[in-house]
Amino acid sequence: MVDPVAEPRKFTINFGPQHPAAHGVLRLVLELDGEVVERVDPHIGLLHRGTEKLIEHKTYLQALPYFDRLDYVAPMNQEHAFCLAIERLAEVEVPRRAQFIRVLYSEIGRILSHLLNITTQALDVGALTPPLWGFEEREKLMEFYERACGSRLHAMYFRPGGVHQDLPPELIDDIGAWCISFLPVLADIEGLLNDNRIFKQRNCDIGVISKQDALDWGFSGVMVRGSGMAWDLRRAQPYEVYSELEFDIPVGVHGDCYDRYLVRMEEMRQSVRIIEQCIAKMKPGPIMESSGKVAPPRRSEMKQSMEAMIHHFKLYTEGFHVPEGEIYVSIEAPKGEFGVYLVSDGSNKPYRCKIRAPGFSHLQAMDFMAKGHMLADVSAILGSLDVVFGEIDR
Amino acid sequence: MNDDRLELLVTRLESKIGDALTGIGIIRGELSLTVHLDQIVSVLNFLRDDGKCQFTTLIDICGVDYPGRGARFSVVYHLLSMPLNQRIRLTVKVDEDDAVASAIGIYPSANWFEREAFDMFGIVFRDHPDLRRLLTDYGFTGHPLRKDFPLSGHVECRYDEEQKRVIYEPVSLPQEFRHFDTESPWEGAKYVRDEATKTEADNG
Repeated sequence: MVDPVAEPRKFTINFGPQHPAAHGVLRLVLELDGEVVERVDPHIGLLHRGTEKLIEHKTYLQALPYFDRLDYVAPMNQEHAFCLAIERLAEVEVPRRAQFIRVLYSEIGRILSHLLNITTQALDVGALTPPLWGFEEREKLMEFYERACGSRLHAMYFRPGGVHQDLPPELIDDIGAWCISFLPVLADIEGLLNDNRIFKQRNCDIGVISKQDALDWGFSGVMVRGSGMAWDLRRAQPYEVYSELEFDIPVGVHGDCYDRYLVRMEEMRQSVRIIEQCIAKMKPGPIMESSGKVAPPRRSEMKQSMEAMIHHFKLYTEGFHVPEGEIYVSIEAPKGEFGVYLVSDGSNKPYRCKIRAPGFSHLQAMDFMAKGHMLADVSAILGSLDVVFGEIDR
Repeated sequence: MNDDRLELLVTRLESKIGDALTGIGIIRGELSLTVHLDQIVSVLNFLRDDGKCQFTTLIDICGVDYPGRGARFSVVYHLLSMPLNQRIRLTVKVDEDDAVASAIGIYPSANWFEREAFDMFGIVFRDHPDLRRLLTDYGFTGHPLRKDFPLSGHVECRYDEEQKRVIYEPVSLPQEFRHFDTESPWEGAKYVRDEATKTEADNG
């Protein structure tokens, strides 16, 4: 029997931690009034591995691989921030070729991340084909990772002072050829989604973020660009060779999920542009600093010289010492501003290494963004936030 | 970022909020302030609203542990101004039994950052509406990023076949935790030295 005078009952449900649209291990506690979301309480930390604690117990070089495991969708971008932090503290110059290689692989990382995000967001709202097409391209990019460093995912390729090994010329040619073949695939995926009625119904006017909201909630990356602010660290505070490269910064108009999707699509095109410029401008040359501060001597030298051998041994047992001080370095990761705050006490291990993950700020605004939306919109909003729990839980 | 603009900002900050600061300086192109514990909210307020500052985005709040120091923890704030393209770092020193005023009223995004600092270091934020643990397990005790917290932790969990549930037990290491004293490989690792001196003492 329904009692007509009884208070309407509210539902509390668990979204995750094993929900396919939760993009990993997220537990959302949702308070619902009928189908309308009244409160969202994200419970994070299910993938917490104590990365920052572990880093304090490792030498700088040993700490590097932990960065691959943060945002595992675009591993090299994370390493980049840590390497830059060490280089700024130790005042190490990176050779030009290494800078181009880093930018090249950062942009490959951006495409890797955006491809995964866009296609799984489409999957969340009911489209199955985009992931199938997108993952084929991701597979090719992973192969480029593998050919550069021997590993598809956990690269450990960017090292303090440069990159680990030089790229073979065939690999560079293949990346160039891929750039040409990728654009039609991108157009195909756009053809599936841009005017797709279901995709638009699920994303337009959902999760609208105004400029002021974006500032208040500490957003960065696509989340501010989708709301109409042309803020990009690659342009505003350029690092490596970004100041020499031409690219556009796409911005959204409405600040909703659909605009963020469009921004990501356009950013992939711009990344392809950057990759092509890198290939064109890259000159042969050293790929690692040669002062010996942070990088080992060359193999051929070690066969001849006792000092080089000792130096190599010292670098891989004791590691290098980073001068005392603190530094905050940020890069434009695919998901937003990824920062590393490094405190050094002058020893061979970081005293404190705080990792500032973009997704952390974005996810905490979930309550603010989803309030008043329908239950089904939660997964659309979550998809457009582009969260990866490796970096949020650390 | 160019240093001249930061120099101008330093002079302005010194004249406007100089009383609240214990230190100010530009190191490696980064502007850092040290702020009195009880002034942090007013300083943050000024930095956000002042026309020459406009630090409207809170990038990060984190704790740092210095066990030997008088006031044990540092709370470090990183702010960014997108309109003026500048960054700033604030540091507040706070003792274990003291509390920092919460910044939620100024930056809503301070919420999780403060919860994380509380979780990891046990730093208490006054007037925080919801100061729960954030990253660690439900029912966790201790503050893992403190320097006196062991790397291996205190408890480990596993599924128990007899009780048919997940149980928590004190950590047992089948192999002793090996600390490599990599600082001085030429003199031998510390535990080897200790062993050697012990045998000498036994024999002698």
